[in-house]
Amino acid sequence: MAALIEIAGLTKRFGGFTAVDDVSFRLDKGEVLGFLGPNGAGKTTTMRMLAGFVTPSAGTAAIAGHDVMEAPVAARRVLGFLPEGAPTYPEMTVIGFLRFVARIRGYAGAALARRVEDAVGLTQLESVRLQTVETLSKGFKRRVGLAQALLHDPPVLVLDEPTDGLDPNQKHEVRTLIRRMAPEKAIVISTHLLEEVDAVCTRAIIIAAGRVVADDTPAGLAARDPDGRLEEVFRAITVPASLKRAA
Amino acid sequence: MRAALIIARRELDGYFATPVAYVFIVIFLVLQGTLTFNAGDFFGRGQADLVPFFNFLPWVFLLLVPAISMRLWAEERRLGTIELLLTLPVTEGQAVVGKFLAAWAFCIIALALTFPFVITVNILGSPDNGVIACGYLGGVLISGAFLAVGAATSAMTKNQVIAFVLGVAISFVFALSAYPVVTDFLDRNLPVLAEIARGFSVIERFQYFAQGLIRVPDLVFFASFIGFWLFVNAVVVDHSKAG
Ligand SMILES: Nc1ncnc2c1ncn2[C@@H]1O[C@H](COP(=O)(O)OP(=O)(O)O)[C@@H](O)[C@H]1O
Ligand SMILES: [Mg+2]
Repeated sequence: MAALIEIAGLTKRFGGFTAVDDVSFRLDKGEVLGFLGPNGAGKTTTMRMLAGFVTPSAGTAAIAGHDVMEAPVAARRVLGFLPEGAPTYPEMTVIGFLRFVARIRGYAGAALARRVEDAVGLTQLESVRLQTVETLSKGFKRRVGLAQALLHDPPVLVLDEPTDGLDPNQKHEVRTLIRRMAPEKAIVISTHLLEEVDAVCTRAIIIAAGRVVADDTPAGLAARDPDGRLEEVFRAITVPASLKRAA
Repeated sequence: MRAALIIARRELDGYFATPVAYVFIVIFLVLQGTLTFNAGDFFGRGQADLVPFFNFLPWVFLLLVPAISMRLWAEERRLGTIELLLTLPVTEGQAVVGKFLAAWAFCIIALALTFPFVITVNILGSPDNGVIACGYLGGVLISGAFLAVGAATSAMTKNQVIAFVLGVAISFVFALSAYPVVTDFLDRNLPVLAEIARGFSVIERFQYFAQGLIRVPDLVFFASFIGFWLFVNAVVVDHSKAG
């Protein structure tokens, strides 16, 4: 079976600066990939290329077999994407926004109402359904972004820092949600929280200065430290790579 | 087209979600009314037509229409929602057309609210309502032309003020290009260009409509002009993605 996400040699240069450098991986159904790295490592840029928002300088990316450059609309149909910072239209109500996304995704009538209700239920937005997005707390805004990404029950989810700005209880709920969806989907989440990797990921890729420096299971990564501490492994791997770029 | 209409609908609702839309419409009506009645000597002329109204309309549009289009893309870039919009299953072309249609619908609503002028001249005399209808068609087209320019400039920046100023400046060039200041200069120095400049004048073409003339070349001109700027808009949006 073809991989749900397939990235090969993906590279992005901004002027002379290489933000993402020859990144390759494939992801199958049932995998939850933790995309780790220090700030500025290139996580967001990689995810944007996957979602077709940033044009790669080199390399290819495909979602469920649809090349993101050759067949962008088909690729986006099977993708649920949460952009960094979960941007949403501030003047729209939660329901109004989700209905807009559902319409764009081709739903109408009863199917549309059901999709929106399901997404609201999964992300626990019932209490704010008629509020405008600009009046919501950071945690609720993030969940509106998440609801938008889950709405069409896509086989592939790419979530850029899905738990950023959530309180510990909300983080727990989002992680539970991701774990529950995991068997049916291929999921990529970026994070700089190492606990998150332990909590939800079946696999972790660490990038530093745009390059993949580790690709392993969370247990495999932890085993690289004599005391099994992920933070130590993370530091040992990413600090030298970041220094090299700075030099 | 379906996706473009869904985007247009959201965008149009967005205009009316804030008081800005109402403020805009009031400014438009007050400005257009003041110019027509005072500067245009609407009553003193003793003629039942909308000539003064249509004389001022393009200039009022030149100033106000870029204020409608300035938010279309600049605001999305500032808020980061452009990343959301362009990662939904829509093409850039659909997004460009949808946003343009919303802004155009807004202009048409504003223009429709000038109907009291039409009622007034019909009470005062018996105007040629066919000519008036042509003038309104011209108004719709010239607002579309300025909007298409403004939408493209809006895609060039995160800053709505810059988008506005650029939009007015570019539209101004196309508005002035048939005026003696420009054509006399070109006639003396570059006669070939003078003809071309006249051809590109959106205001001269608008004036045919205001006189009740619907000429095919003018319709083709406006369609191509709008199409060209929407194409520029799409190219700019695409370029910003390449980063
Ligand atoms: N549009 C852009 N133009 C120039 N540099 C950029 C742009 N977007 C990102 N970068 C740079 O690319 C690097 C990677 O950024 P990013 O992908 O956001 O990292 P991360 O999400 O891992 O924190 C950073 O150094 C950032 O400054
Ligand atoms: Mg990031």
